[in-house]
Amino acid sequence: MSGFDKVVSSYSEAMEGLQDGMTIIAGGFGLCGIPEGLIAQIKTMGTRNLTVVSNNCGVDDFGLGILLEDKQISKMVSSYVGENALFEQQLLSGELEVELTPQGTLAEKMRAGGAGIPAFYTATGYGTPVGEGKETKVFDGRPYILEESIRGDFAIVRAWKADKYGNCIYRHTAQNFNPMAATAGKITVVEAEEIVEPSELEPSQIHTPGIYVNRVIQGSFEKRIERRVVAKEA
Amino acid sequence: MALTRDQIAKRVAKEFKDGDYVNLGIGIPTLAANFVPKGISVMLQSENGLLGMGPNPTEAQLDADMINAGKETVTAITGASIFSSAESFAMIRGGHVDFTVLGAFEVDVQGNIASWMIPGKLIKGMGGAMDLVAGAKNIIVTMTHTDKHGNPKLLQECTLPLTGVNCITSIITDLAVMEVSNGAFVLKERAPGVSVEEIVEKTGAEVVYSGDIPEMTF
Repeated sequence: MSGFDKVVSSYSEAMEGLQDGMTIIAGGFGLCGIPEGLIAQIKTMGTRNLTVVSNNCGVDDFGLGILLEDKQISKMVSSYVGENALFEQQLLSGELEVELTPQGTLAEKMRAGGAGIPAFYTATGYGTPVGEGKETKVFDGRPYILEESIRGDFAIVRAWKADKYGNCIYRHTAQNFNPMAATAGKITVVEAEEIVEPSELEPSQIHTPGIYVNRVIQGSFEKRIERRVVAKEA
Repeated sequence: MALTRDQIAKRVAKEFKDGDYVNLGIGIPTLAANFVPKGISVMLQSENGLLGMGPNPTEAQLDADMINAGKETVTAITGASIFSSAESFAMIRGGHVDFTVLGAFEVDVQGNIASWMIPGKLIKGMGGAMDLVAGAKNIIVTMTHTDKHGNPKLLQECTLPLTGVNCITSIITDLAVMEVSNGAFVLKERAPGVSVEEIVEKTGAEVVYSGDIPEMTF
């Protein structure tokens, strides 16, 4: 690595510094747009007692779900979970804690965290279990709750194309939480489908500017489909 | 006769106006996309970051990077846009989505909705529902009028943990079209062949109505 060249050549370099008890922010929605190789590396490292902030927790044998096999996650911050039996088991046994967070609030917590905003008011969740114990303020006659932003020790992101400087473009709905996650890590690692030269991406088309990114690794992806639904033949 | 799921969806689709941006929840709401009236164009928003959701793909179009909020593979229509989750919920929370249609376990006369959590059962999460009910200009709740044991789902006060407060004004069930107004359910339409008395009996709070209540048309 030199200057702005952020490309690393191994997954162990990509996740170097990850320790027990750290918080990881992960991009992805379901199994779409997840950094598959970085998740596999966390499993290989065996790091434990992790807090993982991600919309979902994968399925039993794929995505973040594989980190449940060796009980590496102690807390999930998510909007929708339970697509996996292991998750349910560990939740019921108390080995795993989950902080259910409305999806838009979760996205904004990451965005605000990356943007240096410690908290924000939102109407989402007011009057519900999500709002309990949170500061409330009325603006223009409507009550809002104060939600604190999130930053991670690591952010793990999947990009379609990344240049060596860490500028990223996402593909289709694999974008989802990735751009916000990318801004919110002390160390942000991008796993890209393709790494290109800095001249190859159109500057105005870049979703995540390289300033947010610390490491870039070339990935290879299975791209598993969670719910394969095809049109009925006409 | 109580309406079928398709008939509820058809009645919902009658509410769409040309040029509406619409978010449809999982289940009956999603079916409404099949019944958009002729001559009306709506654009479907999927909260994982897609505005202009199209039908499910053919085998040849199948793409792991193109899914909807239900995690099903979909396509994008001409004129669609794709964006981040933060952008998606800026649209939703900011009141830019014209219509949200979603299911519920319970709705009460204050316009409160419970749709995400039954204590004692495994809780999977609220997904985007709390943001949607906090942000949409118009929300239609679709559900069966009673649960499978025959208990009312339209109540004086929700018993389950809430998804949002004072946000529901319109409910379309298999028996009736109801509005929530001044602390009561106002009966606007009834399913063909269903009597006002039956609707009143199966509603767990005061039902206000006057004159002849028309039957729904599709």
